[in-house]
Amino acid sequence: MSAVTSASDAVFAPARRMDPSAAAIELVDVSFAYDKRPVLQGITMTVPRGKIVAIMGGSGGGKTTILRLIGGQLKPNSGNVLVAGQSVPDLEPEALYALRRRFGMLFQFGALFTDMSVFENIAFPMREHTELNEELIRDLVLMKLHAVGLRGAAAMMPTELSGGMARRVALARAIALDPMLVMYDEPFAGLDPISLGIIGQLIRRLNDALGTTSVVVTHDVYESLKIVDYMYFVSEGRIIASGTPESVRASTDPFVRQFVDGAPDGPVRFHYPAPPFRTQLLADVS
Amino acid sequence: MSAELATGVFSWLRRLGATVTGTVGKLGYASRFLIMVLVLSPHAFRRLHLTLREIYFAGVLSLVIILMSGLFVGMVLSLQGYEVLSRYGAGEQLGIMVALSLVRELGPVVAGLLFASRAGSAITAEIGLMKTTEQLAAMEMMAVDPVARVVAPRFWGGVISMPLLAALFSAMGIFGAYIVGVRLIGIDAGAFWGQMQAGVDFWPDVTNGIIKSVVFGLAVSIISVFEGYDAKPTAEGVSSATTRTVVISSLAILALDFVMTAFMFRGIGA
Ligand SMILES: Nc1ncnc2c1ncn2[C@@H]1O[C@H](COP(=O)(O)OP(=O)(O)O)[C@@H](O)[C@H]1O
Ligand SMILES: [Mg+2]
Repeated sequence: MSAVTSASDAVFAPARRMDPSAAAIELVDVSFAYDKRPVLQGITMTVPRGKIVAIMGGSGGGKTTILRLIGGQLKPNSGNVLVAGQSVPDLEPEALYALRRRFGMLFQFGALFTDMSVFENIAFPMREHTELNEELIRDLVLMKLHAVGLRGAAAMMPTELSGGMARRVALARAIALDPMLVMYDEPFAGLDPISLGIIGQLIRRLNDALGTTSVVVTHDVYESLKIVDYMYFVSEGRIIASGTPESVRASTDPFVRQFVDGAPDGPVRFHYPAPPFRTQLLADVS
Repeated sequence: MSAELATGVFSWLRRLGATVTGTVGKLGYASRFLIMVLVLSPHAFRRLHLTLREIYFAGVLSLVIILMSGLFVGMVLSLQGYEVLSRYGAGEQLGIMVALSLVRELGPVVAGLLFASRAGSAITAEIGLMKTTEQLAAMEMMAVDPVARVVAPRFWGGVISMPLLAALFSAMGIFGAYIVGVRLIGIDAGAFWGQMQAGVDFWPDVTNGIIKSVVFGLAVSIISVFEGYDAKPTAEGVSSATTRTVVISSLAILALDFVMTAFMFRGIGA
């Protein structure tokens, strides 16, 4: 997996796929549409156990949708989603809930419970899923808060937190039950450079310390290049390229270059499809 | 011209059809939702503190408006009632008139309307906002069913609070009538209370009032939680869901009140 593969050079020839026995997540030829509008087409990807894999792409490219498919909140129209060897779309509600108990998810906007303090937010999964006594819960919550550097903010309410702090609290809540898999939806969006670096480092450290597998959905190439093990580039519902950070940096693939360099126009168009400007301007107002 | 008319009629018919099927579909969804809430209700009672908290928010925090309104409604009833009754020389009957109006009708109905606008709208807005900010989705991803954890306690909080609020409304109304009738107008206190005691029966007057307030509580609570849960996850979505809660709850209360009154007091004309 040293070279960046792109759709044009037969990316997913079986020989080049990562070892499936080590896979925490596998998407096999997944297609999905909201109502009739196709969002994902033929997505195939593998997330190996213990690694951090990034799903990169522009807004509206279907990244959050991929996470919802992995979490079983949506079912694919075709193809399959395997998590820890289980086919997620076929799980009964009970089994799905049992699987989700081993997930942690950081939502795009944190999704902290606004009627609970920071402490109670992190204690929430523990209270819901375990019979731990109050003393143990307190110790565990403080440990999680300590890990994200916010032990001092335990008594605060979510509305009192800055954006970066809220993201860290959400992160602590996502790892409250030591999940086997953590999904991060846009963990870097809307953060100042310092918070951004902190979150990136936390994701890497927590992944390695807890031995979890992480999926990071983001449009921030620069930050993810520093922390992830492997990246998939998604555009218009398809995987257009994938590779390790080194190979991505060295890549000459036009899609990858456009993402890495942040060029406004390239294979991913700046303009949403429209009739020629001239025709539209000259047309009658009717 | 006639072609234009035809298309106009057709599009109108199509809109009408869409509205009807949309409404029926939503009613079906709401009924399924009610069943889901009931099935998941044991959760709300097993963890009683969740429901107690909602009783506090829906019930205790509505006390001021309910008590104040009850007092004023009772005082006005007393003024208006005395004016009419005294034309027939029946001013002494004020107590029974006020008590029956309140217990049978105004207590449940006005308390229900106030409850819908004070607590129902708050419940809708809260659940709708939790949906908008992905808190419900987050719960689902944490393997916690939001219907059991968020919706059921709020539903039961409303159902339990409503009859108590209606009773307090009526009690406060009677107190207001006492102040105006006995203290200001000067009706004999013994006659006021004595007539009331003799003329109001626990069965059927008070029980019918209680039945009404329980039904209104169920209606307002399910409408409030459903509208919140079903709200479009945007700012406008939550605001229009909140408005719908108040409008639909109010209409439901008045319509149900008519139906129940027709059944309860159908002996009157015979
Ligand atoms: N609940 C939904 N119903 C209909 N369309 C949706 C819904 N959620 C997202 N979409 C659409 O699907 C596309 C992909 O969305 P999403 O997965 O959220 O993209 P991303 O996370 O990459 O920004 C977008 O065009 C979005 O408008
Ligand atoms: Mg997204």
